[in-house]
Amino acid sequence: MRGVPEQIEIRTGSEARSGPGSGAEPKASAAVVRDALGVGVAVGLSGFAFGVTSAGAGLSVLQTCALSLLVFTGASQFALVGALAAGGNPFTAAAGAFFLGVRNAFYGLRLSGLLGLPRSVRPLAAHWVIDETSAVALAQPDRRTARLGFTVTGLSLYALWNLTTLVGALGASALGDTAAWGLDAAGPAVFLALLAPMLRGTVERAAAGLGALLVLGCLPLLPAGVPVLVAALAAPAVLAVQGLRARRTTEEGGVR
Amino acid sequence: MSTWIAIGVTAAGCYLAKLLGLSVPAGALERPAVRRLAALLPVALLAALTAQQTFGDGQHLVLDARAAGLGAAAVALVLRAPFLVVVAVAVVVTAGVRAL
Repeated sequence: MRGVPEQIEIRTGSEARSGPGSGAEPKASAAVVRDALGVGVAVGLSGFAFGVTSAGAGLSVLQTCALSLLVFTGASQFALVGALAAGGNPFTAAAGAFFLGVRNAFYGLRLSGLLGLPRSVRPLAAHWVIDETSAVALAQPDRRTARLGFTVTGLSLYALWNLTTLVGALGASALGDTAAWGLDAAGPAVFLALLAPMLRGTVERAAAGLGALLVLGCLPLLPAGVPVLVAALAAPAVLAVQGLRARRTTEEGGVR
Repeated sequence: MSTWIAIGVTAAGCYLAKLLGLSVPAGALERPAVRRLAALLPVALLAALTAQQTFGDGQHLVLDARAAGLGAAAVALVLRAPFLVVVAVAVVVTAGVRAL
């Protein structure tokens, strides 16, 4: 659910630790399984927060479970139910969720060479290509351990995420008004926790700040769901400014 | 019905993105500009979603108990609390402020 393709850190998803995996000696399977389960279990449990949030946003238990089963990429799921709760049209809401899911394509690019999956297995494995499985697999030293890490993380996370989604959705229905329990703060807290480790440099902070300003500025003016799409423009905008600056610095350097 | 449409479109889109990454030849999407944009897009989106769901109420901006909850979550993050603890802190503080 987090991380950037070229700089994946294992510590990010859940504070679950994975070994450095950079040792020259072959890594024991038991160690890989332990690391993978650590990530899978810790993050899998947060499906509960999604189940509660989704049901609190007005989705049925069936719809909530369908999202975890079929979408299976946390940030997109939270974004979609948030946009639907705000009254966004289904396509605008789906667009925001989709843009968040695009990063998984870049994980896939890195993984395909490492895992070396046969063509027939790819459509199945693709469903598990998310932040956590990528982080675990990419931290492994060779193909054997990468495949093992990917499979164990994917399996444990998929099973738990869906189970806890169901429990959360049923629990939310039993609770009644989820806002009274403060559960409407779970969604934004998840986003913030996903965002925090990404704010490594000036460019990231600028994009985050501009994104937040754009969404708040557009909120009173544009239909629900659209402000988030406008805020996505903060990313190319910041990159463009950075590119201009870099070019100017190079030119000045050339004059001297 | 529109909820099911949104679920279907999101599921299809997100799955195709995952499959695309595994299937295209390496190098096709590896241009530095594309990679940088793909890395920065979630940053802008997550910040926007955090802000919207903390201060938004329909089409209005409000300052309510959620802001306190998210402030507490931010402190928990600075203190390197685990993911689930951060979420729990936000929920508990929001409920607490609301109950005052």
